[in-house]
Amino acid sequence: MANPRPRVGLFVTCLADMFRPEVAFASVKLLELAGFEVEVPERQTCCGQPAFNSGDRKDSAAIAQQTIEAFDGFEYVVGPSGSCIGMLHHYPELFAESDPWHQRALELKSRAFEITSFLALHLDMDKLSSSFSGKVTYHDSCSGLRELGIKKQPRVLLSKLPGVQICEMEEAETCCGFGGTFCVKYPEISNRMVGNKSDNIRATGADTLLAGDLGCLLNMVGKLKREGIEVQARHVVEVLADMVDTPAIGEAKGV
Amino acid sequence: MEVTSQDFKKNAHIALHDAKLQRALGNLKAGFPGKRAAAIARLPEFDALRDQARDLKNHILAHLDLYLEEFENNVTAQGGTVHWCRTAEDARKTILEICRQQDAKTVTKGKSMVTEEIALNEYLEANGVTPVETDLGEYILQLRNDHPSHIVAPAIHLTLEDVAEAFHEHHQRPKSDDPAVLMQEAREMLRKQFVAADVGITGANFLIAETGSTIICTNEGNGDLTQTLPKTHIVVSSIEKVVPTLEDMTLFLRLLARSATGQEFTVYNTLSTGPRRTTDQDGPENFHVVLVDNGRSDMVGTELQEMLRCIRCSACMNHCPVYGAVGGQTYGWVYPGPMGSVLTPQMIGIENAGLLPNASTFCGKCEEVCPVRIPLPKLMRHWRDKEWEKHLTPGAARSGIGIWAFFAKRPALYRWLAQSSNLFLRLVGGKRGRVRKLPLAGGWTDYRDMPAPSGKTFMQQWQERK
Ligand code: SF4
Repeated sequence: MANPRPRVGLFVTCLADMFRPEVAFASVKLLELAGFEVEVPERQTCCGQPAFNSGDRKDSAAIAQQTIEAFDGFEYVVGPSGSCIGMLHHYPELFAESDPWHQRALELKSRAFEITSFLALHLDMDKLSSSFSGKVTYHDSCSGLRELGIKKQPRVLLSKLPGVQICEMEEAETCCGFGGTFCVKYPEISNRMVGNKSDNIRATGADTLLAGDLGCLLNMVGKLKREGIEVQARHVVEVLADMVDTPAIGEAKGV
Repeated sequence: MEVTSQDFKKNAHIALHDAKLQRALGNLKAGFPGKRAAAIARLPEFDALRDQARDLKNHILAHLDLYLEEFENNVTAQGGTVHWCRTAEDARKTILEICRQQDAKTVTKGKSMVTEEIALNEYLEANGVTPVETDLGEYILQLRNDHPSHIVAPAIHLTLEDVAEAFHEHHQRPKSDDPAVLMQEAREMLRKQFVAADVGITGANFLIAETGSTIICTNEGNGDLTQTLPKTHIVVSSIEKVVPTLEDMTLFLRLLARSATGQEFTVYNTLSTGPRRTTDQDGPENFHVVLVDNGRSDMVGTELQEMLRCIRCSACMNHCPVYGAVGGQTYGWVYPGPMGSVLTPQMIGIENAGLLPNASTFCGKCEEVCPVRIPLPKLMRHWRDKEWEKHLTPGAARSGIGIWAFFAKRPALYRWLAQSSNLFLRLVGGKRGRVRKLPLAGGWTDYRDMPAPSGKTFMQQWQERK
């Protein structure tokens, strides 16, 4: 008898849960395609980053403990966001080295992966297929890029899809200005940053913007729409999982 | 200088609407980062050098007292004098005292951020000594009664037009906006000052313990005239600039210019070792080093110690999208950009500078380019922790996080909150799929639409499918 399929706990992320369930469904589909058993632990909420970046270490630590417990026993923890998974990688900083939670946090960190980097390691890429067709441009989200080293992985995966033509934008690695609470604490500066981003997106002539983080995507979509720029935006897993029949982010429901 | 860090948001608003400043910032963005990238592409061992530099700095900071004492002993052995100054006030008084001993009327100055930090110019002037800035950028700023907006290119916020105007007003010459003419004009004006000055004050990029030398790295050569022509040379330096040996210094020189301007080396790298000897052709008769602590030794042994590795290259601000949007003066004190957002709260108090370490998306670009690998985002977060501990976080933000965390720690309630918000946004989003205006979310919807959720929450849908 074959070994049972290894179990992955899906870290849904708040924004996928609330704004874009497709992203979580696409993640499940891709992980199953890669041969994993996917479960969605009930006790997960948020990764705690808003508290962590506001200086509230006590709540951050409490949320970290809850997350560590929720994902106990899974071989891997995978989520569709470099930012949230990056936060899971910060958990050890929240506990003194003498605290047993520190060890548990390190142990979670060793199992926690952002989805495109995880798929690049575990998925037989010949299995990918997608009906998507179009010119896309890819925004590298900061946390994924700089904390987790995610740059090539989504591009390698996309390169397996014959319908996808990538046109890189200028300053693809420059922050879009989202920054969690930054975008509402410093709205004018954030607006300038996302304005630069939407100019760079428009200049590529791409019809679709892809990225691996919904925070950045909501920010960029919001700006593109406000400026009347006709570019559609999706999380990269939607394209990889061939789930492109639903309207793009922020688009009206089809008639 | 007047501190306006508390007005960061107001300053930012003005800066974002200042078309001239925005043009100047555009030039900066188009210049330094590309030059740096090209320079490090030509040096394959750049990253290895960064690791070495980080480790060496860590070693120095662990033995800071020893190296500073060695430095002092060697300065003294060379016939110079070291003055230890705990506070900015101590440093100002010490410098004035030396000027008075020389009966100095004017002092020439090379570029030095530490003298900005201790507000030296204002103090000297108030005490009857006229300081004359000789770095071109600083000279322009002095004419305009302005302050640096960048630690390497202090007048980067000004346009050629601003310079032409300032020169026209102060030099009483016909107005010209030809850079060559302006340069010549500045040279002529400054030449007289170099000769007339009684004391020359420079900063230091590094202090070399084994020889008791100090070094300045410049591109204009003004520093050389500042330190060799007057009878007395005062070097003003902060304590963390000490390095053990000349060879160690070269490691940092290789990183400094490349990180700053993309040059392989700055044009003038001038070492000063004690006063003029009988066999020397020129040089000052008196050589003083004023060592400024001003809060730095308090950082040793704390999480902020890593900030003391900084070699003031400016790469972090050159690459920072926030600095690039608002410019250096928005930060409201001497040190701008990411390094300033870490240092300023230490020097003027977190209660005055809390907006700085918060003005970051933590995109991490600064840490990526820092030649001594300072984890700037982590250190900015450290200040946010301190704000939270001291209850300095603005009330609305604090209670917002508090309420949100209450839910986030209770999965069932969190589900309910997510579902209600999801439903609400879908209702107001209607068929358009997005929202143009939302109560209490003006920070978002003043500038962007809010995409509406595409359906029920994932958790709801997942449950229903099971
Ligand atoms: S923090 Fe790093 S990048 Fe910024 S000025 Fe200092 S050494 Fe340069």
